[in-house]
Amino acid sequence: MTVVVVGAGPAGMAAARAAARAGVRVVLVDAAARPGGQYHRQNSLSAEGEFGLPDGVEHWPDSSVWAVEPIDGGHRVHVRTGRADGPGRRGRCVDTPALVLATGAYDRALPFPGWTLPGVYTAGAAQALAKGQGVAVGERVLVAGTGPFLLPVAESLLDAGAGVLGVLEAGRPFSRWLRDPRGTLTGRGKLAELARYARVLAANGVPYRTRTTVIAAHGADRVEEVTTARLDPDWNVLAGTEQRVRADAVCAGFGFSPQLELAVAARCKLRDGFVLVDAAQATSVPGVFAAGEITGIGGAQLSAAEGEVAGTAAAMRLGVRPPMPHRALRAVRHGRRFAAALARAHPLRPGWRGRLTDDTLVCRCEEVDHRELREAVGRREASGARSLKLVSRAGLGPCQGRICGPNIADLVAGIDPTAFARRPVAVPVRLAELSEAPAPQEETE
Amino acid sequence: MNVLVDGARVQARPGQTVAGLLLSRGQVSWRSTRRGGRPRGVFCGIGVCFDCLVVVNGIADVRACQRVLEDGDEVRTQRGAELPS
Ligand SMILES: Cc1cc2nc3c(=O)[nH]c(=O)nc-3n(C[C@H](O)[C@@H](O)[C@H](O)COP(=O)(O)OP(=O)(O)OC[C@H]3O[C@@H](n4cnc5c(N)ncnc54)[C@H](O)[C@@H]3O)c2cc1C
Ligand code: FES
Repeated sequence: MTVVVVGAGPAGMAAARAAARAGVRVVLVDAAARPGGQYHRQNSLSAEGEFGLPDGVEHWPDSSVWAVEPIDGGHRVHVRTGRADGPGRRGRCVDTPALVLATGAYDRALPFPGWTLPGVYTAGAAQALAKGQGVAVGERVLVAGTGPFLLPVAESLLDAGAGVLGVLEAGRPFSRWLRDPRGTLTGRGKLAELARYARVLAANGVPYRTRTTVIAAHGADRVEEVTTARLDPDWNVLAGTEQRVRADAVCAGFGFSPQLELAVAARCKLRDGFVLVDAAQATSVPGVFAAGEITGIGGAQLSAAEGEVAGTAAAMRLGVRPPMPHRALRAVRHGRRFAAALARAHPLRPGWRGRLTDDTLVCRCEEVDHRELREAVGRREASGARSLKLVSRAGLGPCQGRICGPNIADLVAGIDPTAFARRPVAVPVRLAELSEAPAPQEETE
Repeated sequence: MNVLVDGARVQARPGQTVAGLLLSRGQVSWRSTRRGGRPRGVFCGIGVCFDCLVVVNGIADVRACQRVLEDGDEVRTQRGAELPS
């Protein structure tokens, strides 16, 4: 019997290691060619891989889990292995009594006029391109959004050779960090880390501005100019503070959304938009564990600690009795307090909605603009996400509402943001591949 | 490693993605949208947004940010809705 871990980021790698240490066989499945996930993204152009995994872990690279299906005594995990979105991928299934989901998170992207122009990226995209491909996304780049993640993004951009015009933080976080009642945010080396970023920005002459953001991007076929503005505490634009700046790229990040579709497909209960877990990282579904940022946004260290707990608990389901991971359990408790304080220090404020013009696209895939969305809200009969999707087409495109879902939930009363995570197929599968599934020629391991 | 980009022979490095190659050559868009015919390239960079779709070896709707190049790959701009496969 095998523990199956989906996702080889900090959480999944820690889960796989812990389960292997406990003496059970592990299959670690990840869509990328190399383990690491977002935080430990490896430069795929370098010949050497950085992360060794213990002998008990069988790593399946280039492997996307497209469905999870309950079976007697556990779950069947459907995998396709091969170059991304190619037609010739190999289909495999693996059955497991103990499934660990560690699928991570992706950037929350807020719409603004011009956000669909080439040259507007999520902050994570800039980070992934710099770290993984050695690509600097521009020569005159503005980093905008909210949260401490903007700082490592700016640093990676500088490392990759980009010119960074500024880091624009929409909130005023550091006064909040310092006011944080229990000092959770300033403890444990966090201030030192912030001071290091401050030095890097200063040494490169990169200004850091709070209560400021990008409110529009302009250009014919790509970003040529950007409008920035100062914000009030609710993120409404302070009239008269708009400035037009020449720029060739904007990297915007407003926090992260969890990658929920496999957890939703497995029917795991959610709370506040994340997978609900107990102290052993067990979800509401027996035999399914969750770790890392699908359970809450708290950074790589917390993800790894949760992974270690989840991997240990998953191994125990296979009948072994490893020692309790006391240190990891403690790290999870501390990490969760830090994550909660972080979320309080970086709230999204409603003023962003005021920047949408009638023709600002809300759904990038189906090209549904703000006016069409409002009209659909007026016309639809039922109030749920499903009917809104059908009437407006928002969320029906290839990203299946991953990008627009959380924003539509903020724009339209009564829409549950996680309703968009109900996706029967978690990652794209070619029509030819679907027609052969669940195919007898699929190998079950 | 050599690949074709819209008919032109281009050098690529092992481990490079389609998006990594195109962006490093200064190309920021390689698809037009179905409805508005607007240009698109990378947005999320990690495979979730599907903005970066491109045609590789005659197959449409391949995510350029996820697809690692192989010697001899033929990459071509994707226009509007192309036939699925
Ligand atoms: C683009 C991006 C860049 C980031 N860069 C940094 C950074 O530089 N520094 C920092 O402190 N934080 C960064 N973060 C924040 C990040 O979320 C980390 O806190 C950390 O990586 C989270 O760990 P995790 O293990 O929960 O998930 P991740 O590291 O996100 O790992 C999840 C893994 O699951 C895989 N996966 C998901 N779904 C499937 C599926 N269906 N089939 C197969 N595999 C699947 C993914 O390929 C991925 O490798 C970044 C986030 C993003 C979105
Ligand atoms: S850029 Fe989002 S999927 Fe490739």
